[in-house]
Amino acid sequence: MDARLGFSTIDSAVHQPHSEPVVRLRGFTRRFGPNTIIDGLDLDIAPGEFIALLGRSGSGKTTLLRTLAGLDEVRGQDVEVPDSRAVVFQDARLLPWKPVWRNVSLGLKGDGGRDRAEAALKEVGLGHRLDAWPLTLSGGEAQRVALARALVREPKLLLLDEPFAALDALTRYRMHDLVLSLWRRHKPAVLIVTHDVEEAIALADRVLVLDKGRIVAEERITAPRGERASFAGRLREKLLSYLGGDDHGDGVLPFPVAAE
Amino acid sequence: MAVVTINDIPGAGRRQAVAPARRFSISRFGGRWLSPVVLLLLWEAGSRIGLIPERTLAAPSAVLGTLIEMAISGELPSNLLVSFARVAAGLLIGVGLGLALGLVAGLSRTGELAVDPLMQIKRTIPALALTPLFIVWFGIGETPKVALIAFGTIFPVYLNLYSGIRSVDLRLLDAAKSFGLSRWEQIWHVVLPSALPSLLVGLRYALSVSILVLVVAEQINASAGLGYLINNARDFMRTDIIVVCLMVYAILGLGADWLVRTIEARALIWRPSIVEQ
Repeated sequence: MDARLGFSTIDSAVHQPHSEPVVRLRGFTRRFGPNTIIDGLDLDIAPGEFIALLGRSGSGKTTLLRTLAGLDEVRGQDVEVPDSRAVVFQDARLLPWKPVWRNVSLGLKGDGGRDRAEAALKEVGLGHRLDAWPLTLSGGEAQRVALARALVREPKLLLLDEPFAALDALTRYRMHDLVLSLWRRHKPAVLIVTHDVEEAIALADRVLVLDKGRIVAEERITAPRGERASFAGRLREKLLSYLGGDDHGDGVLPFPVAAE
Repeated sequence: MAVVTINDIPGAGRRQAVAPARRFSISRFGGRWLSPVVLLLLWEAGSRIGLIPERTLAAPSAVLGTLIEMAISGELPSNLLVSFARVAAGLLIGVGLGLALGLVAGLSRTGELAVDPLMQIKRTIPALALTPLFIVWFGIGETPKVALIAFGTIFPVYLNLYSGIRSVDLRLLDAAKSFGLSRWEQIWHVVLPSALPSLLVGLRYALSVSILVLVVAEQINASAGLGYLINNARDFMRTDIIVVCLMVYAILGLGADWLVRTIEARALIWRPSIVEQ
């Protein structure tokens, strides 16, 4: 690995982590009728690792996330995911008939639901909206409640499904900082599904590019967050070239390549 | 003079803004009451000068007098109570069955297969058309009256609960699933609350149906109740009593509507339209 480069391409299809992975998929395949959505996918996620999953629409990233979230049943497949996991969806998906704190404490076992919800809401800066109704929240606030609802469960695996795609740019940057600080404090393994290359570079330890149900590229970013500007341009172009894949033949890039 | 002019301009502006509103003040204050009151006055005047004979329609003043008389003598309250008990019993059975069947059909495929075809067949039979059959089965006592109300109110509750359950937002269910909620917890926290607005619409329908059916059911040889009062009054051509009873039916309907609105305001407090108020 070139230390000056700040990122490196991982050659082997399966990265070997140092400790026991929290997520382990081997030859995972998913078909809907004649369509193969995910095709023999291998994936390991180490504890506390921050992974970004990039892919175009229809690349299978949502299907992969639903599998990791336990929303789709997997029978006869080599899939290991931790029991303690939580999802933040693109739309906050709060129950509108429950006040904010009840949404956060939803399904928590044991006493002190309100106290735990309050602590989690304070962490995302919403300690004052405990009793608010979800439909009165702004988009950014609702997403922070969704983050609090995920964190209050102390998950080993935190899944983020394009969580900031619907937010304005300024709110999105604030949410990036919030997610990173929460991640540093709680150290869950994070998988963020996104189609925003900048977001992936800003947040992740490792960026995976999914295309047609296969991982077609894998980049490890070793430079600390905040010091990634020097190579972000090159990495972005590289990732975009994978995303724009030559074999699609439609000649249309899914994302405009910004001039550096 | 300049000071006066400066002071005058905003004043004039205000007057201009107020003037059009004042022109339409009749429609704002008491405007909605105006035409009913005029109608009442015309009705009263028509009765006084003999244009409307009493056997056709009693004068409003006579109706009011009869109302007070019947209220004081206890004739109206006691018969109202009888009618109210019929509606309450019929609603209890009808709404209860509608809830049970709606839950069964809404929450399970087997239940849907078993219940829904029967309910759709039932829907095509107007409740009131069963009156002769119910008289043959249950006689002419309280049972057929309560049974008719129950029969008429099952369907609105059933259908609205069933469709409310089926139109639950699957994305919310997914979220609940992802947080490890059991099936029953999903039903309790997600499915049922999301079906509640629709259920309350069904309940409102059921209440208005129940009063409609009550009116007809009470024509069956009743010996007490509002329908009995009306039938008796018809025999003696007491149009004042008939009008009093019609008013009571209307008040029953308004009361039922108020009841559901109160329940809605409490149960659906999370809705933005109510939150913002």
